[in-house]
Amino acid sequence: MDMAFRSLKSLLVLSFSMLTMLFSNNLLAQDSTHNNTAHTQETHEGEFNVTETILGHIQDDHSWHLWGHTSLPLPVILYTDKGIECFSSANLMDEHHHPKAYQGKYYTYQTFKGKLKVVNTDSTINTELSSKVWDFSITKNVAALFISMTILILVFVTVAKSYKKRGEKSAPKGLQSFIEPIILFVRDEVAKPNIGHHYAKYMPFVLTIFFVILINNYLGMIPFFPGGTNVSGNIAFTLALAIIVFLVVNLNGNKSYWEHIFWMPGMHWGMKLFLAPIELIGVFARPISLMIRLFANVTAGHILVLSLICLIFIFKTVFASAISVPFAVFIGLIEALVAFLQAYIFTLLSSMYIGMAIEEHHTAGDHDPHYNED
Amino acid sequence: MLLEINPLALPDIGLLFWNTVAFIVLFFILRAMAWKPILKAIKSREDGIDEALSKAEKVKAEMAQLANENEALLQKAREERAVLIKEAKEQSDKMVADAKDKAKTEYDRIVADAQIAINQQKNAALTDVKNQVGALVIEISEKILRKELSDKAEQENYIKQLAEEVKLN
Repeated sequence: MDMAFRSLKSLLVLSFSMLTMLFSNNLLAQDSTHNNTAHTQETHEGEFNVTETILGHIQDDHSWHLWGHTSLPLPVILYTDKGIECFSSANLMDEHHHPKAYQGKYYTYQTFKGKLKVVNTDSTINTELSSKVWDFSITKNVAALFISMTILILVFVTVAKSYKKRGEKSAPKGLQSFIEPIILFVRDEVAKPNIGHHYAKYMPFVLTIFFVILINNYLGMIPFFPGGTNVSGNIAFTLALAIIVFLVVNLNGNKSYWEHIFWMPGMHWGMKLFLAPIELIGVFARPISLMIRLFANVTAGHILVLSLICLIFIFKTVFASAISVPFAVFIGLIEALVAFLQAYIFTLLSSMYIGMAIEEHHTAGDHDPHYNED
Repeated sequence: MLLEINPLALPDIGLLFWNTVAFIVLFFILRAMAWKPILKAIKSREDGIDEALSKAEKVKAEMAQLANENEALLQKAREERAVLIKEAKEQSDKMVADAKDKAKTEYDRIVADAQIAINQQKNAALTDVKNQVGALVIEISEKILRKELSDKAEQENYIKQLAEEVKLN
């Protein structure tokens, strides 16, 4: 099982790197030509720009684009130095869905590549005032996150109720029997072997992380409403999770955890001095690696699919779809696998870090991890 | 700056805020309303299954022990039966032998008694015969003595006749 997983993973990594190598040249070429002809392209309205199209699909936005010229307006909440300001995101767009300036209560605002900025009267960005405005808008990603939260709460409260309704001793049925094996998988394969004795205390946390990542990964794969967002591929999402994992790990860290960081037992004092900064870097490197891994994996999948679809528009022929659509389907399948795999890996590593932080060391100089001790 | 070049790698403060808040809220809602009851139910079911399994194992062991005990009892009963049969056989053999011995001694005794009785009778008869023979001899002698006195020839005939008579007797 473990071996199979590992070989599957290496296969995935291989295919990913092969494909990225294939297409990175393409994208780089696109990028350089775009840069060279930047001013000429900007003057042509409606000209197709691959980088902007892909980034537009991956990035957050103030309104939720549904189809054509229809968007779901979302509330914009701004914390400025003069006070809080709220208005609908519909005000930030003209009828062609191009950003336009909106005169708010305190300043004039306009979005540039998805980011809201304060503009001067001659519609140039006022960087000084923009840095004073904090954007807490319910953006597309936040709305999608709320939708995924609602789905999670509905699903799991229903499942919890069916345990009560059907009785604890009877076999699961329906949705319950779909969810229970996943919960058991997280408990028996992720939490129990990695956290150790006190795994039960961390089960709600580990399960929440797993299912939040899982559902947002899958919702991100759906190309239309309520999917079509890139929640788990946004660095703010993975950063938030990484910070929470960092806090949980380090707030629960016991004496021996800190001792192993700052004064490695059983070593020569010189070695102890040498290891302390390395271990301290490790404390921060772990959540950062969690953050980048999830963000990069999900975003890479989306970029690949979008690039493949964009090939049709680059070649300006419908025959390009003969190649790009099967490839996009193939990448989509890999994305579906990666969606689960990344949720699993994030949860696995988080529980491993928790396990390291709360692990009891019985003898000095015992540096082996005791994950599988029951 | 590299971070400014790529907008994807630049976390948005508002998004970070909402993501953190949403996760914490979701965590507490799910922990209270879903994870605790679900994990409790799964745990109690697993405990129930474990308990049932261990109980079944115990009952099985008890059954095996009972079967063993039964087997032992049966074995003991068989042995006892064998002993009983052996004893009964010995008893009966002894009884038969005793009866035979008794019969033999009785028979011997009866035979001996009969022998004695026969001997007594024989002796009595012999005595009787002797007595009768004596009486006859005396009688004959008397008659002979009387006849001698009359005729000699007659006398001899008579003796002969008497002698014949004796033979007949």
